[in-house]
Amino acid sequence: MMSVVVDIVSWVLLLAGGFFLVVGAIGLNRMPDVFSRLQATGVSDTVGAGFLFIGMMVQAGFTLVTVKLAFLLLIFLFTAPVATHAVTRAALSVGVKPKLFDSEGRERQQVVEEVQRSKTDARPEPATKPKVENHAAPRKDGESSSKR
Amino acid sequence: MMFAVATVAVMVALALAVVRALAGPTVFDRLVAANKIGNGVILLLALFGFLTGRPEFLDIGILYGLLNIIAVFAVLKFLRYGDLARSGGEEPENS
Repeated sequence: MMSVVVDIVSWVLLLAGGFFLVVGAIGLNRMPDVFSRLQATGVSDTVGAGFLFIGMMVQAGFTLVTVKLAFLLLIFLFTAPVATHAVTRAALSVGVKPKLFDSEGRERQQVVEEVQRSKTDARPEPATKPKVENHAAPRKDGESSSKR
Repeated sequence: MMFAVATVAVMVALALAVVRALAGPTVFDRLVAANKIGNGVILLLALFGFLTGRPEFLDIGILYGLLNIIAVFAVLKFLRYGDLARSGGEEPENS
């Protein structure tokens, strides 16, 4: 009786974990942008791994294996958001622009410029004249690409 | 049986991540896909241990998890500074 309950619980958890992993991988392939791909895969990967590890823990019972699985789950919970955040920061600082659309389907550029302006405002020392020219150059590129 | 189903799901997710890693337009796409492949390999290792009845590969899984995050940070630092032997506080030169 008890083993049947354990089996049903771990079936549900393992199926949910596999579902979230596959959905995250599909989102990684179908999203249009680096940032939305990060969103799709980072969140669902953490949830799917959590479900899978908890399902394996239920199946393992109170043993050393459960402790190791708990450590693995802890590592996942710490490293996956940190890696996602680091990749996002690096992509923004290198100059990858997120694709933004307003309600009529046109691409927008203002939000990106606000983000970059707030970054230069937060650190006033390196905002010298050549940096301003560097920021002005891709802005013209963005306007011309939005007109196309 | 349940571990076989979960293993198949993880392998499907790994195949889709490999597709993105090969096709990604920017290097960050490839990096995200590589991170997902690393996570999937850890899950596959744990599930394979349960599948064969010897769940002793979990130590290797913990090691892979730590290596995964370090690899992501190393690649990001190399991309930004072009060099791994530099302290992170300095601004990169505009190239």
